[in-house]
Amino acid sequence: MTIIQIDQLTKSYRVYQKKEGLREAIRGLFHREYKTVEAVRGISLRVEPGEFVAFLGPNGAGKTTTLKLLSGVIFPSSGSATVMGYTPWKRDMQYRRKFALVMGQKNQLWWDLPAQESFRLHQQIYGIDPSQFQKNLQELTALLDVEKLLGRPVRELSLGERMKMELIAALLHSPEVLFLDEPTIGLDVVAQYNIQQFLKHYQEQRKITILLTSHYMKDVSALCQRVVVIAQGIIQYDGSLNGILDAFSGYKVVQLQLALGQSSQGLERFGEVLKADLPRVSLRVPRPQVSKTLAEILNTYSIDDVAVEDPPLEEVIAKMFHSIANTQ
Amino acid sequence: MNESTHHDSAQTWQNAWKTRSIILKTALAERLAYRGDFALGTLMRFLPIITQIFLWWAIFQSLSPSAPNSASISGYSFHDMVAYYLLTMLGRAFSSMPGLSSNIAKTIRDGEIKRYLVQPIDFLSFLFWSRVAHKIAYYSVAFGPFLLVFFLCRGYFSAGWPDPTTLVCFILSLLLSFTLGFYLESCLGLVGFWMLEVSSLLFVYMLLQFFLSGHMFPLDLLPEPFRTIVNYLPIKYLAYFPAAVFLGKIQGTALLWDMLLLLFWVAFFYALSRWAYAKGLTRYSGFGG
Repeated sequence: MTIIQIDQLTKSYRVYQKKEGLREAIRGLFHREYKTVEAVRGISLRVEPGEFVAFLGPNGAGKTTTLKLLSGVIFPSSGSATVMGYTPWKRDMQYRRKFALVMGQKNQLWWDLPAQESFRLHQQIYGIDPSQFQKNLQELTALLDVEKLLGRPVRELSLGERMKMELIAALLHSPEVLFLDEPTIGLDVVAQYNIQQFLKHYQEQRKITILLTSHYMKDVSALCQRVVVIAQGIIQYDGSLNGILDAFSGYKVVQLQLALGQSSQGLERFGEVLKADLPRVSLRVPRPQVSKTLAEILNTYSIDDVAVEDPPLEEVIAKMFHSIANTQ
Repeated sequence: MNESTHHDSAQTWQNAWKTRSIILKTALAERLAYRGDFALGTLMRFLPIITQIFLWWAIFQSLSPSAPNSASISGYSFHDMVAYYLLTMLGRAFSSMPGLSSNIAKTIRDGEIKRYLVQPIDFLSFLFWSRVAHKIAYYSVAFGPFLLVFFLCRGYFSAGWPDPTTLVCFILSLLLSFTLGFYLESCLGLVGFWMLEVSSLLFVYMLLQFFLSGHMFPLDLLPEPFRTIVNYLPIKYLAYFPAAVFLGKIQGTALLWDMLLLLFWVAFFYALSRWAYAKGLTRYSGFGG
């Protein structure tokens, strides 16, 4: 049974074109020019229950707009979508009790009060049974290691601690579907890692369906089996993360550790030398020729160690975005 | 079948009230987070009384230098004027909604309104109960000072306590003026769906309210035709009306009609705020948010 079904969803809106200068500003008072921005241009997608899907794409690609459409915050211009059988923008109270939206830069906790108070309000708003509430709260605070911070005013928490509290607030009512918009934005590496680990664990335990947008490849590679690349408002790729490498990167990186006294001369004929920091040398080798090239190198040079790696994901994805932008 | 539906709706009601009480408690706790500033702000509001009393004294003195106490303006003696002023202060403690409109507009502009679309909670009722909490916090701090001021100024109330019916109408008018103030200012805040910046609008409203609510002077001092026009406007209920009721200026059938008109205005602004919210959301959702 499909839990999220999106068919030919589009969203465009008009924005006022502001021009530079006082003269144009005055003209703008009487005669306004609008431009239509097509944020989402026909997206179709099916997500099965228990999937953890990442939306990747450059800024302004339509990822957040898609999440807003699925949470019912905005109406689409055309197309349809159902989540758990509900049409999101009808904003059915039943639907609202079954999903959660977490936006990395938005705060849903009361700033001057301890998070505990906001949680209690959530319990009431979502009608969570008291014993279930206690159980969920204990489990979530233990997993995120924030038991001691519950009584501290939210304004005194660090960004990472606040994000953890936001996640707890979003998960207290045990949503079946969770939308995460850049949950790790602005966090340091440790906080990012903790949140990743928590999400991974929680999703595996509860088998809930999660849609995530993020700019951090580490989030995506740690969490999501499925990646949907959105750019220019349409889906450019839908598949596994490794599939992106197959589809968009035609080469591998061969790392060599040369034996003592072995010169690196002549290696450039096998492929572009990415880095030469003797005795280590990295070469960029086209995929189909990897085994042949490697055999030749091993025959010709004296090598201590060899590793064949995929190019860094960030690089591949940046290239992909770039090529998409150029073909449009 | 019928029984269970009845039971369910009773439970929904109970649940709705529980939600309100939790909002109330949370908002109350938030209000008390800044105890110092809050207490100081509450007490400072009593300062203008002194300047007002001196101002009216000066006016009456200039009218009748030899016996200012026996002079009168449109039926108001100096004592009546001070009593009126103290009562409008009490009325405004119910009807004024500091920060409500601008906060609504800010919630819309910053996109915080999303939260009320995603969570199973209604924005306007949430605001209403938070505001009730603000008021309760305010009264609990201001009760002592209010009592003291009224006790010290008891001599100005020459007519003494009004009869029970008038008193009931007075209390009712205070509670309704709270509701009216809330929905009226909510409507102003909801204009934020159409205008990015509402502060000039609010400024104009505050100015009008200052003169037309009776906060500045009793409205029956106004010359015709303004007096009749103002009499039909909702703004007079925010300060003038409760005070006039207490002082026995409006009685009998006139009082009944005025109460009915007040109820009408409450219903009107309630409906208008609901309509504006629904319309505004459609617009917001259509535009991208």
